[in-house]
Amino acid sequence: MADLLPHTPDRPLERPARPVRTYVLLAWTWSRALAQYPASLALMTFGTSLGAVAEIFAVFVVFRHAGALDGFSLAEGLLIASLANLVFAAADMLMGMVEGLGQHIRSGSLDVMLVRPVSPLIQIATDRFALRRLGRVVPAAVVTGVALYHCDIAWTPGKVVMLPVLLVSGVAIAAAVWTASGCLQFFVADAREAANSLTYGGQALTEYPLSIYGKGVVYAVTFAVPLAFVGWQPVLYLLDRPDPTGLPDLLRHAPPFVAVLSCAAAALLWRLGLRHYRSTGS
Amino acid sequence: MRVYPAVYIRGLRRYSTYRAATLAGIFTNSVFGCINAAVLLALFSVRPEINGYDAADAVTQVFVCQGLIATVAIMGPPLDLGERIRSGAVGTDLLRPVPLLGWWLAEDLGRATFSIAFRGVPTFLIGALLFDLLLPTTFGHWTLFLASVALAAVIGFALRYLYELAGFWILDTRGIWAIVGLVGPVAAGMLLPLPLFPPAAADVLRALPWAATVQIPAEVMLGKESLPGGTVAGGLALQAAWAAALLLLGAWLTSLATRKVVVQGG
Repeated sequence: MADLLPHTPDRPLERPARPVRTYVLLAWTWSRALAQYPASLALMTFGTSLGAVAEIFAVFVVFRHAGALDGFSLAEGLLIASLANLVFAAADMLMGMVEGLGQHIRSGSLDVMLVRPVSPLIQIATDRFALRRLGRVVPAAVVTGVALYHCDIAWTPGKVVMLPVLLVSGVAIAAAVWTASGCLQFFVADAREAANSLTYGGQALTEYPLSIYGKGVVYAVTFAVPLAFVGWQPVLYLLDRPDPTGLPDLLRHAPPFVAVLSCAAAALLWRLGLRHYRSTGS
Repeated sequence: MRVYPAVYIRGLRRYSTYRAATLAGIFTNSVFGCINAAVLLALFSVRPEINGYDAADAVTQVFVCQGLIATVAIMGPPLDLGERIRSGAVGTDLLRPVPLLGWWLAEDLGRATFSIAFRGVPTFLIGALLFDLLLPTTFGHWTLFLASVALAAVIGFALRYLYELAGFWILDTRGIWAIVGLVGPVAAGMLLPLPLFPPAAADVLRALPWAATVQIPAEVMLGKESLPGGTVAGGLALQAAWAAALLLLGAWLTSLATRKVVVQGG
């Protein structure tokens, strides 16, 4: 706990911040707190995992009826759906709590965070850190694994190396989208639900081959909100499939760069929002 | 009794203050509606008919669903009652000279009315502008659909009231919500229209109360033969039966719960 109070006399403020360590420490603290109610935690984790199962099941039902959508088979459709679930669930676990920003502004708890010598972004992201969201990650990861096995993928050493890189980039992009859409609440405090259309909506959108939505949508999620790099482009890369919407194949190597860019953009938006923020002082 | 209309009006006015949130909700419901509609259109372009549903049926149901999501609220948010049971504030509620169930029903129907008028209708209109929906053509049919929506709101309330009532026994209802908040919407036909499920599974889900919150209203609008008795009247009768049964169950459990409740002073 001493690490939470670095401003005590023997810990001068100028000590370099260690964001990752602070994040893990705060997340661990909250996890331990919630684990005090084991039955509740187990039930909620189970419920959360049902969510992922239900969404992937819906994709399964659609592909069972359709046979194939836009040239994507059942196994490939499930790969897209489970990958989207996996990446968004991981991002939700890491940064999802940022969507509670409006509540922190209303209740004044953001002010409390601002006087603590830890980044308020880390404090908000770890607030009530919900380990139960692992319940969503696990079934999604299992289905991803099974789908990868059943898909006809010509594995090369390059793909084996790229798979984790693409996963991490996807999580980073999704986390950036989560953070950025949460930041909207600095400007419109009640915008929480509108942000959901980007976060949960983004997940719902990327659960299916993006080409079924038409070119306009694909261009929007490629160049405006980079959701196409979360699961769609990685799957095209793994399957060696030409882009059905005619975008250049070069894009499928872009996820790591897009991840860096979107994280930078989200960080910038966060700073902008924080500067814009005026406490009511109550 | 003038108290119920008063509580109803307060419920309506309370939710009318959050205008930005209402706009944000319409936006989100419309986005989800468009995504789900696009997926189903892609599916039905490959398979024109599945278990009596075609593309227009499915897209209409998508927007009936998006219009009703906030009204029936079976995905949440929970009634404030649960938190009041946990904190003990329910003691104040029990002191009132009106039954607990009636008070909360009046309050929630106020919320539901606001939600239908200012969130459901705009969302549905956006859907009707963007997609070809199958709308009722006669005034009588619209009236029946409205009745179906009203019954759906009552059933949505009764279900959430029962979830929260469990708090008298287990205190924290978040665990219950974690399960029913997911199972309910699937059984309601929110995730996918129930006809897309295997017929055996669809029949089981249809027999559960959740189906009466979205699937039945959608079929009432579409005038489907899959309704009980093959008619719109059959669908409404099923909804009315569920509303009555769940409210009676709620009233009975309330009397059990209030007999055991101990509010500590201080």
